[in-house]
Amino acid sequence: MRHATSIVGLGVFSFLAILAAAFAHDNAFANHMWVLAIVLVISVIVLLRRENFQRAAPVDPSAYMDGPVRYGVIATMFWAVVGLLVGVVVALQLTYPALNIEPWFNFGRMRPLHTSGVIFAFCGNALICTSLYVVQRTSRARLFGGDLAWFVFWGYQLFIVMAATGYLLGISESREYAEPEWYIDIWLTIVWVAYLVVFLGTIVKRKEPHIYVANWFYLAFIVTVAMLHLVNNLSMPVSFLGSKSYSAFSGVQDALTQWWYGHNAVGFFLTAGFLGMMYYFVPKQANRPVYSYRLSIIHFWALIFLYIWAGPHHLHFTALPDWAQTLGMVFSIMLWMPSWGGMINGLMTLSGAWDKLRTDPIIRMMVAAIAFYGMSTFEGPMMSIKTVNSLSHYTDWTIGHVHSGALGWNGLIAFAALYYMVPKLWARERLYSMRMVSWHLWLATLGIVVYAAVMWVSGIQQGLMWREHDEQGFLVYSFVESVAALHPYYLIRSLGGALFLSGALLMAFNITMTILGYQRDEAPIGGALPAPQPAE
Amino acid sequence: MALMDKHAIIERNATLLLIGSLLVVTIGGIVEIAPLFYLQNTIEKVEGMRPYTPLELAGRNIYVREGCYVCHSQMIRPFRDEVERYGHYSLAAESMYDHPFQWGSKRTGPDLARVGERYSNEWHAQHLADPKSVVPESIMPSYAFLKSTPLQINDLSAHLTANAGVGVPYSQEMIDAAVEDAKTQSTPDADTTAFDARYPKAKSGDFDGDPQALTEMDALVAYLQMLGTLVDFKTYDETGGDR
Amino acid sequence: MDYHTMRTFADSWGLLAMLVFFISASAFVFRPGSRDTSAEAALIPLKDDCDER
Repeated sequence: MRHATSIVGLGVFSFLAILAAAFAHDNAFANHMWVLAIVLVISVIVLLRRENFQRAAPVDPSAYMDGPVRYGVIATMFWAVVGLLVGVVVALQLTYPALNIEPWFNFGRMRPLHTSGVIFAFCGNALICTSLYVVQRTSRARLFGGDLAWFVFWGYQLFIVMAATGYLLGISESREYAEPEWYIDIWLTIVWVAYLVVFLGTIVKRKEPHIYVANWFYLAFIVTVAMLHLVNNLSMPVSFLGSKSYSAFSGVQDALTQWWYGHNAVGFFLTAGFLGMMYYFVPKQANRPVYSYRLSIIHFWALIFLYIWAGPHHLHFTALPDWAQTLGMVFSIMLWMPSWGGMINGLMTLSGAWDKLRTDPIIRMMVAAIAFYGMSTFEGPMMSIKTVNSLSHYTDWTIGHVHSGALGWNGLIAFAALYYMVPKLWARERLYSMRMVSWHLWLATLGIVVYAAVMWVSGIQQGLMWREHDEQGFLVYSFVESVAALHPYYLIRSLGGALFLSGALLMAFNITMTILGYQRDEAPIGGALPAPQPAE
Repeated sequence: MALMDKHAIIERNATLLLIGSLLVVTIGGIVEIAPLFYLQNTIEKVEGMRPYTPLELAGRNIYVREGCYVCHSQMIRPFRDEVERYGHYSLAAESMYDHPFQWGSKRTGPDLARVGERYSNEWHAQHLADPKSVVPESIMPSYAFLKSTPLQINDLSAHLTANAGVGVPYSQEMIDAAVEDAKTQSTPDADTTAFDARYPKAKSGDFDGDPQALTEMDALVAYLQMLGTLVDFKTYDETGGDR
Repeated sequence: MDYHTMRTFADSWGLLAMLVFFISASAFVFRPGSRDTSAEAALIPLKDDCDER
């Protein structure tokens, strides 16, 4: 009876979900509770079918607990493909509005699906599975809390499914990157606390005297996201059995709270956590210690201190008081230093091993990721300067900036970590194909470059068209003329996204074949080493 | 004994790291966000602001539900071109009853902070149902389903109560009359005396072109038609506030 | 305490205090005595033997 507690628990909650659906105060909530009930009932059936009544094999307390990590790798891969696919669809909706299918698949409901799909489903799963992988190996300890890690994994997938179906059903708080409604937020809080307990417990019972710096970054990410999530989602539900809630703050205070959250979702979810990835997987793949461990300590404290202030740069020239805007701008510019300190630290880890770039496409992917990190952390502070922001804000430039960071930095470093982990987790000698990794890198890079370049042009053109005056002092363009002018760029942007997606599909194939135990017959990359010539 | 000491230090380190990082990340948030709640000049003193009528609030919830904020801002910046295109720059006071705020971050479509009273009700209903029929270059999705979806009004009192709970000055009278007020505002030629007293200068009438039915289209158009129309700029003192 | 006193404090003594804190924290991290500790810590990922099954 290994799953007895889970089965009973899920059964009770399925029943409660059906009750909630029956007594719901609004239609959306009723539909959403039916979704929940169906998901829970399916999981009960799956667990019942997998149940057996033999005594469970004893757990070896010295072995690593890699089950949730393996599932996490597959989930990361799956959500990457889904999130990117929805991205291509919304890009095409902007190009060809006929692709909107009202009401469920209109752009306004699909875009949160894309952003949450990529940030929380893809990047979130990548963070959870790599952090659980890294913390065990750098602490030389099995995960703390036994099956709690499984709860974290499945609880997080339930959060994703509920959030995603909620958007399509029209359940949204309309706070960017925090759209899920109050009851989904409460669920995420529970899962997140469990995640913190597993992670921190493993650190506490470690056998190494030091806490390796990657774990610092992961820990700061977990703790800060908990704080941001709790404060930004404070709200007043209309009914205990209804989907709608009203945010605790209003207007200008609400705006700053939201962008304090929004910017630090980037700063801690997509930066601090992923830097933890960099500090473990780059040294591992290069087989050299990090360039300067002491620099990484400064990097950590400076980065987490400065990032939290930068939120107001999303609100330049708005009704937010000037002093707050200026603070946000100054701290955003200062952020450039720790960001580039970290980038240099990551890149220089390869010093003395640069030849690996020629033969190892995974290292190449990591270097490209760090390079995109450097590029977008240069662009970001620049766009936070008020003069630049007056042109770039509200335009596609911002969209381009976000994607060079999310696709270039987050996407590539997460893909590289997956390529590194998969053969180890499934005890395979090597990946199915290294040449496909190389292809993936080139497809992805080309996709990002196309995407970012097109969005620069489109964003700047849009900004300039809006502010153009003729000699008599009249505005030259109506708004809709700027919309029409962007059509070709939106088409090319979709192509860029499709290139990136095709790379991810290649990865999904490659990793699946590796897991299934196949090896592609192929020549090694880089060919034979050149014969050393004696110095004359 | 020595081993015990070592263990204590290790445990303390992990906890120290946790507390240390939490402290470091809290500072910035406190310094930036807390003053907004008590500095007097964060929100200007203006005349004309009132809470949303129940119908407008229902419309706003549809705006939120459909994710209009992903393409439309409601925040006019103090630049010559924006003021010419959209009207007077937005004030903090104008969103003081907005839970949540809808300033937005992207203009795939135009700013809507002052779209109220710029177009007719018929234009809005037509535009929402089929954007290309009035703006041929538009890339906005169609929202024709709003016209055929009846508006849920039986729980409007609960919505007003929740808003009052987070600080919007809805009186008990307004909460009790919420359903009645929504019907009054959407009925042409209704007796609006009591309604007008509760919500000064609110527009009433038929919004969606179908006087028989109260639909989601009625609510959304009622909301759009009041956006940016409340503050009386004739009495507004530019030198106040912190901008 | 109104906004302007806080502002004056922040861009003088507040700024100085943060700068001093930053410099001394960096000096502490880079003090010669910490070399061995950090070199040891940097090797943690690489000495993980049970990983290479």
